[in-house]
Amino acid sequence: MSADFIDEILPQLAAASAHTAALGFSYDGAAGDRVRLRVPWRPELVGDPTTGVLAGGLVTTALDHVGGLAVWLKLGQYRTIATLDLRVDYMRASASARELVTEARCYRLTRSVAFVRAWAFESDIDDPIAAAQSVYMLTGRDRS
Amino acid sequence: MDIEDLPYARFLGLRLDVTEDDHLTVTMPFAEPLIGNPMIPALHGGATAAMLELTAMAQVAHDHPSATLPRPINVTVAYHRPGRARDVLARAQILKTGRRVVYVQAEAWQEKEQLPIATLSAHFLLAE
Repeated sequence: MSADFIDEILPQLAAASAHTAALGFSYDGAAGDRVRLRVPWRPELVGDPTTGVLAGGLVTTALDHVGGLAVWLKLGQYRTIATLDLRVDYMRASASARELVTEARCYRLTRSVAFVRAWAFESDIDDPIAAAQSVYMLTGRDRS
Repeated sequence: MDIEDLPYARFLGLRLDVTEDDHLTVTMPFAEPLIGNPMIPALHGGATAAMLELTAMAQVAHDHPSATLPRPINVTVAYHRPGRARDVLARAQILKTGRRVVYVQAEAWQEKEQLPIATLSAHFLLAE
């Protein structure tokens, strides 16, 4: 796997699209097959204005996106992928006005399917806000 | 509380209509910041998922009025086709209402309701 891909391309994929840029996603590094994505807290991202808790949909979007980053990390290259199915369990509300951290791991990759698990938390992955299990289809051409 | 007043729903630009049969239809008008893949171009799957979740939540809140919002326990989203650079519509249906938990399914589509781009199933915890 090229160092350029992890050091240069992967961080760009974290926030290159209009949607991820608008949400303020930021790359937070990769180690082994694990990759992290951060979402700084902003009032626009709140689900319930009475509590200041981040919207479930925002957490889902971050988990979907960090899962994609984990697939590209495992592939060691960019390929077009599409989320096939995504399941999110919400264990608890996020702490008010705190940054969201997400981490994902692609634990199985076949020729056309990638299986991912991902977590969302404030600072401790063992005390998650939400956990996701997702499947991505590798739709684009293998460039290796 | 009206779903359109929630900050994240406003961020997505969601619009809510109540039909004669007491069902809600939610529209997410196309906007550039919803694009997740500029090459196709396609909507970010997360935007569609968030819209479906808010549609399901709005239907639960509509059927079970309360001062606090129903809270999602879990959601599953299946994607069927890419969301194109155009408006998305969604409707939800409550399939089971328990004492504390409601099970909902929702569908999002663009050209035709018969051709959904994504479907959601979710459990919500009713406000005590």
